[in-house]
Amino acid sequence: MSSLLELEGVQAHYGPVQALRDVSLTVGEGEVVAVLGANGAGKTTTLRAISSTVKRSGELRFAGKRLPAGPEAVARAGIAHVPEGRGTFTELSVLENLRLGAYARRDREVKGDIARVTGYFPWIERRAGQSAGTLSGGEQQMLALARALMARPRLLLLDEPSLGLAPLVVREIFRIVRELNEQEGLAVLVVEQDARLALGAAARAYVLEVGQVAVTGTSAELRDNESVRRSYLGY
Amino acid sequence: MQQVVSGLASGGIYGSLALALVLIHRATGVINFAQGEMATFSTYIAWSLTTNHGWSYWPAFVVTLVVSFLGGAALHQSIIRPVEGGSVVRVVIVTIGLLLALNGLITWIWSGEVRAVESPFPSDTMSIAGVTVSWQDIGTIIVSLSTVGLLWVLFQFTKLGLAMRAAATNPAEARLVGVRVTSMLAIGWGLAALLGAVAGLLAAPSLFLDPTMMQAVLIYSFAAAVLGGIDSPVGAVVGGLIIGVGLNLLGTYVDFVGSDLRLPAALLVILVVLLVRPQGLFGKPEVKRV
Repeated sequence: MSSLLELEGVQAHYGPVQALRDVSLTVGEGEVVAVLGANGAGKTTTLRAISSTVKRSGELRFAGKRLPAGPEAVARAGIAHVPEGRGTFTELSVLENLRLGAYARRDREVKGDIARVTGYFPWIERRAGQSAGTLSGGEQQMLALARALMARPRLLLLDEPSLGLAPLVVREIFRIVRELNEQEGLAVLVVEQDARLALGAAARAYVLEVGQVAVTGTSAELRDNESVRRSYLGY
Repeated sequence: MQQVVSGLASGGIYGSLALALVLIHRATGVINFAQGEMATFSTYIAWSLTTNHGWSYWPAFVVTLVVSFLGGAALHQSIIRPVEGGSVVRVVIVTIGLLLALNGLITWIWSGEVRAVESPFPSDTMSIAGVTVSWQDIGTIIVSLSTVGLLWVLFQFTKLGLAMRAAATNPAEARLVGVRVTSMLAIGWGLAALLGAVAGLLAAPSLFLDPTMMQAVLIYSFAAAVLGGIDSPVGAVVGGLIIGVGLNLLGTYVDFVGSDLRLPAALLVILVVLLVRPQGLFGKPEVKRV
């Protein structure tokens, strides 16, 4: 399996604070990979480094080419980033949010894609004209996923999808993520605090500690290793 | 009734400039204090084209709008963008500096003498439903409301308009879907400059062209924008019409408010709105999460 995304020795700063010291990871074509770790370990910063929302240095390669600088360029390269907190355009309607997802596309199939995406989230059609800010947290998370899909990305960056959502809703979100991965061949890099949940959906995982990769392996390996589970995954 | 119609005409002018203020406030988060001087500068360009270079009115009008759009975008890219990310006060100071610079530039290029400007509309009047209205007023209402209407169509129904709205309210998220936010802001400034040019060109025949022409209009437009809601485009236009008609009726029917007290009346509107309902008629109250 060829590597769609390659990170090597990536560093990132927030002013004087070094959030990432040396992060190296890969995501293969069509793979679901999880990034785990405690608060402040650098999980969200890793995604931000990829989408160039934070200044980063080191080697970042996507589909064999160097990742460009600037979030607009990374989005146009085929990487969709669903940030922490969903990033919904709350003042716009549900439909407008979807159309914005397809902003960088020049082809004529956008309208058809709205129907396809609505297939995964049937309630969207009923609420197309509604202001996105009035949706519940779970609905906004689903809308954010739908919006990311509209870009027809090759890689989806998903930041803490479970944040602030009820357990039933979270399970539904992860079920849809798995379905998207299976049906569309979409590669997913998901950051999650809930390690058990993430390992259920991902094939492999990286555990970050203080801005570096501490442990990595397949989900089965990490789950079965009791000392890893206790020290790093909290269960 | 006649006062209402001419009030609507002034209101169209205030509404256009108020919409320019709202556009920039939504995009950049500041009141562009130089909006009036930019409009005056545009009007001088049009005047120069028609008087010094013999152009006829409407071609000069269109070219002035295009030049104003490009000028507004260029101003954003050159002097606003470097200070945009920092404190609001810095940007405000830059716009005030721009106001002074443009005012000086206008006087330097064209001298400060007051000039009469010809109107593209016939100077006579006509009678509609028993009310005498001037062509100047009707033309002003049509041109200002058409410009505002076209912009509304742009914002609500085009991909570019959608991207501009997204860039104004959620710039970080807009970047994540590939919107070039800085370009959107530059276009916003360009459109605001274009609106200002329309306001200046419509106002010039009655106000006479001199470097201070738009200074009072800026205050009236600011009152209109505050009344309508500083982030509401609909509010800007409605506020403009209310201020225009209101000041006219006030001047006609209330004895001690002659033309001298119109400006203080507008300032009073600003004060009262900010005290009683700061978000204006159409705005949303600002909620700060603690």
